[in-house]
Amino acid sequence: MADTSTWRNKVGLAEMLRGGVIMDVTNPEQAKIAEDAGAVSVMALERVPADIRAEGGVARMADLHVIEQIMDCVTIPVMAKARIGHFAEAQVLQAVGVDFIDESEVLTPADEKFHIDKHAFDVPFVCGCTDLAEALRRIGEGAAMIRTKGEAGSGNIVEATRHMRNVITGIKHLTGLRNDELMTEAKNMGAPYDLIKEIAHTGKLPVPNFSAGGIATPADAALMMQLGAESVFVGSGIFKSEDPAARALAIVHATTYFEDPVEVAKACRGLEGKAMSGIDVRTLPDSERLATRGW
Amino acid sequence: MTYRIGVLSVQGDFAEHIAAMNDLDEVEAIGVKTKDAIRSCDGLIIPGGESTTIGKLCRRFGLDEAIGALHAAGTPIFGTCAGLILMAKYIVDSDQWRLGYLDAEVKRNAFGRQIDSFETDLPIVGVEGGQARAVFIRGPYVTRVEPNVEVLATYADKIVMVRQGHLLGAAFHPELTDDRRVQRYFLEMVKAAAQ
Repeated sequence: MADTSTWRNKVGLAEMLRGGVIMDVTNPEQAKIAEDAGAVSVMALERVPADIRAEGGVARMADLHVIEQIMDCVTIPVMAKARIGHFAEAQVLQAVGVDFIDESEVLTPADEKFHIDKHAFDVPFVCGCTDLAEALRRIGEGAAMIRTKGEAGSGNIVEATRHMRNVITGIKHLTGLRNDELMTEAKNMGAPYDLIKEIAHTGKLPVPNFSAGGIATPADAALMMQLGAESVFVGSGIFKSEDPAARALAIVHATTYFEDPVEVAKACRGLEGKAMSGIDVRTLPDSERLATRGW
Repeated sequence: MTYRIGVLSVQGDFAEHIAAMNDLDEVEAIGVKTKDAIRSCDGLIIPGGESTTIGKLCRRFGLDEAIGALHAAGTPIFGTCAGLILMAKYIVDSDQWRLGYLDAEVKRNAFGRQIDSFETDLPIVGVEGGQARAVFIRGPYVTRVEPNVEVLATYADKIVMVRQGHLLGAAFHPELTDDRRVQRYFLEMVKAAAQ
C-alpha cells in the first residue's frame, strides 16, 4: 500500500532543493546551460520577468510546448508558473507533469480576491510573500514552499531584502509572545491561528523559505542566504546578463559557500561580463510593482 | 565515546539528516562542505537533493578526493536518494559525474516525476521492530547489483536499499520520518568501523 502525493512528499521536494539555485529559463538551450551550471531546478516560462516588464501586456502560463521541451531536455525538476487564482492553468500544468507550480505575481493575476486552493492538487506549489502573514496565508492554502517576492525583473535586491527581513523579524516576534497573546496576534495579522501557534513554539516556518526577485550577482545570492533564505530563485539575473553560463556558475558557487567571503569573492572573479542593468524600484509606479499583486 | 558524523552540506536536505542523527546518543552530527571537515568524520552521509548538482559541486571544489579518502579507509558512507545515485558505479542512461563506489546500477527518477512521489511501509533486513515508513521523492531504484552487494529492502520488486561493506544506500528518505532505526543501523556501522 502506497500513499501518493502526501504533504510530506510535497514539502520533501522543497527540502531537497535547499542550498540550491532555481533558474528561470525560456527554452531548452537555456535549461541545459542552467543544469550544466548546477541549478537544482529550472522555472520554465515564456518571457523572463524583465521582458514581461518591458513588453507589457497580459502575462500568462507559458506555452505547453516550451514547458514540455524543457522537461524533456533536463533531469532536474521543472517548475512552471500559473497566474494567481487561475486554478485551471494549474490543473493543466499538473496534467502536463511539472514538478512544482509557482502561483506567481510575475504573471498577470487572474483573480484579485482569491488564491488557488493548493491542497486540492497533487503537485506541490510555491507562492510569493512580502511578510510573515502573507506567507502563512499561502501555507494555509497549501503552499509547500514559500519564496519572498522581491521585485521580479528589477535586478535590484532592495525589495528581496525587505521581504526576507519582514519574514524573519515576524518569526522572531512570534517566539517572544505568550500563548494567551497568540489569538489576538492571529486576528491582527490576518493569518491562520494554528500556524501562528506552531511558529511561536518552533521558531521556524513549517515549509522551506527561499528568496526571489532581484538577485543579479553572486554577492546578492550570498546576502539573501545570510539573511535566512534556504535557496535562491534567479529570474532575469542570469539570462539578461552578458555572461549567462559564467554567471549561473558563479551564483551557484556563492550560494553553496554563502558564509565564506573568500569563496564568494572567487565566485565574483569568475564573471566575464556585466550584470543585467536593473532599475531603481523607487521610480516604479505602484501599477508596475509586481510584489503588490496577491495579498 | 562520541562519533562524529558528517552530513555533506553543499546542497539538499542536509538539515534534516543532521537533526535526525543528533537525535541519537553518542553522535555529534555536523554539516560538512570542506575537504578538512569531511576528512575529520567517523562516518559520512550524502543527503537527498539533486544528484547532478551535488556531483558537480563535489568535483568543482575537490570534495570528491576527501570523500574518496574516507571510502579508501573503510569509513562508513550512507547515501539517500541523490546520495545513493552518486555512490553507484552505473547510472541508467546517464553520463553524469559520480563517486562510483557501489557495485550497482541505479535508475534516476525511476518511479516517475514528482506527481508520482509516494510513501509506504517497508521491511528492512537488519532493522528490528517491524516495517519502517519510507518516503520516496522523485526517487531512484537499483536495477542491478553485483554479488557482493546485499539487498536490504525492496518495494514492488524493485531494490530500494542496499549495503556493500561500509557503504549503505537508500532510495528513500529515513531522515523525513520520526523513526530513527535506520540512523541507528548506520551508527552501528560507524561504531564497528571505529574499532
